[in-house]
Amino acid sequence: MSVLSVEGLSVSYRVLGGRLQAVRDVTLAVGRGEVLGIMGESGCGKSTLAAAMIGLLPQGAEVAAGAIRLNGTDMLRLSGEEKRRLRGQRIAMVFQDPMTAFNPVLTIGRQLADFAGAHGGVKGAAEIAGMLERVGIPDPGRCLRRYPHELSGGMRQRVAIAAALLVRPDVLIADEPTTALDVTMEAQIIHLLRDLRSSFDGAIVVVTHHLGVIAELCDRVAVMYAGEVVEEAGVDALFRDPRHPYTRALLSCDPAVVMPGSGHLPTIGGRIPDLMALPAGCAFAARCGMAEAGCAAPVPRHQEAGRSVLCHRSAA
Amino acid sequence: MLAYAIRRMGLSLLILIVVMVAMYGMVFLVPGDPASLALGPRATPELKEALRERMGLDQPILTQIAYFFGNVLRGDLGVDVWSKRPVLEQILEVFPNTLILGVVALGWALVMGIVLGCAAVVWRDTWADRLLGVLSVSVISVPSFVVAIYALIVFAVWLNWLPAIGAGEAGDFWSQVRALILPAFAVGIGWVGYLARLIRASMLEVMEAPHIRTARAFGMRERDIVFRHALRVAIVPTISILAVGFGSILSSAVFVESVFSRPGIGTLITGAVEKRNYPVVMGTVLFMTGFYLLVVTAADLLIARLDPRVRDVLRG
Repeated sequence: MSVLSVEGLSVSYRVLGGRLQAVRDVTLAVGRGEVLGIMGESGCGKSTLAAAMIGLLPQGAEVAAGAIRLNGTDMLRLSGEEKRRLRGQRIAMVFQDPMTAFNPVLTIGRQLADFAGAHGGVKGAAEIAGMLERVGIPDPGRCLRRYPHELSGGMRQRVAIAAALLVRPDVLIADEPTTALDVTMEAQIIHLLRDLRSSFDGAIVVVTHHLGVIAELCDRVAVMYAGEVVEEAGVDALFRDPRHPYTRALLSCDPAVVMPGSGHLPTIGGRIPDLMALPAGCAFAARCGMAEAGCAAPVPRHQEAGRSVLCHRSAA
Repeated sequence: MLAYAIRRMGLSLLILIVVMVAMYGMVFLVPGDPASLALGPRATPELKEALRERMGLDQPILTQIAYFFGNVLRGDLGVDVWSKRPVLEQILEVFPNTLILGVVALGWALVMGIVLGCAAVVWRDTWADRLLGVLSVSVISVPSFVVAIYALIVFAVWLNWLPAIGAGEAGDFWSQVRALILPAFAVGIGWVGYLARLIRASMLEVMEAPHIRTARAFGMRERDIVFRHALRVAIVPTISILAVGFGSILSSAVFVESVFSRPGIGTLITGAVEKRNYPVVMGTVLFMTGFYLLVVTAADLLIARLDPRVRDVLRG
């Protein structure tokens, strides 16, 4: 039974001169104790998807179709007030940039108490300090009295994770949790999240463009391209045997796997298609080495045990 | 922090000296001989000479300035040409009236400005927000002495609810409060509109900040986000504007005190200007400049208290 499921979700933004289709017919599910990775390059719709999951789509965004079920309830049908009650209680989020995610003029302690107490259940300083200790913050009592700018980026991201865990959510969404950090901090935060997996019984959704984060943390991965999930599979299967040409191209671009001395970094030629005028067929066809005439037709989703691929040539 | 405070004091002292020199220069640049203007066309030359001597105008200008500086350093702002009473004594006698007027006017304007500014943010883009905007701009554009005259006609003359003149009976608290209401209303009303606009703009900017999104993601109530988190950030730029605005509050107090014949710095200075009572004019302007500099410095120190980032910059 999945805690959070997204069913046929399409989100578009009203912009000057038309509609920008950010998320198109996305179906995903994540169960308790499971970590789902959502991977893709900038502009593929992964952050919009994350914002929709927590019910905080920016102004101008419109849900054209679909459902987001949290414990079976469709969040899109709830009123603003009902959604607010779920946020910070059943679902929590860790944001990308820990430098700006905290209020600069309030102490860490005051903010954590406000966040954790947003739904009435007041948490004591001892409990908050205990959670800070759990995420690896030395001298938590002192940390509570400090202001955000007095902590390093890595420390702040630990505090953000502690804040999210304090409310014991059913679903924890981490939107690019390591992107704003330097490499050593990134590794520490990945390890922290991996350690926390064992003691956290809810579902985790990690949104990232970083393959290392996916490989280290996730059970399953959904690869997004131009607003669609083009491939979804278990993490081992995906890395060992990527089926979608885009996934293959993405994996071969990872700096970590490029042969040293090869002299160049591979890239994917071409650009993301215009999200305001998407082709009827495969959105990746224009950049795909395997594309052929048939790719201009609408793409059927190819399903098999534990994986789905959105490609005409997936069988090839 | 202490070094900063000392630096600010030094700067304030420098400004005071510049103001003193400029004032002295102005007295000598004003066409006409103060003594003959004060005594009228029928004064005998002997009388004029005697007055000039009494005002110290027979001395060389540099001697006069040096003499004035020396006296000011000893806390002596000079002696009233007509009543022969020390200027400082007269100032201290009426200053509390002006200070109370300024503080009460600014106080109620600040409270109303914050409430209306935040209300406009909570109801942004509704008819209530637009109505507040129109009202704010309307009250900003009416000069305080016009408000004073109309308030006097309506509430004191027609309705006879509140006293029309004076500052109330000495020792009778309620009579003093009643005498304060109309002047404080007249001085403060424009600031209500101004502060409401200022806080609305500042709040709208803060409400877009990532840390507000964090608070929303934890399901905090919009009201708590506005008053507990956003206002603390938005109020900081408002404080420096308030401090600078205190100067214009004092100058509108000059007009309003005249309308209500309320004893204060305003009535003191206008009376002295009319009688060419230079020591009183100079002493009063100097005193108010010093007071104003004190307010601005206090505001800067308050900002440092409210914004820990500023505090750290000052410490470092």
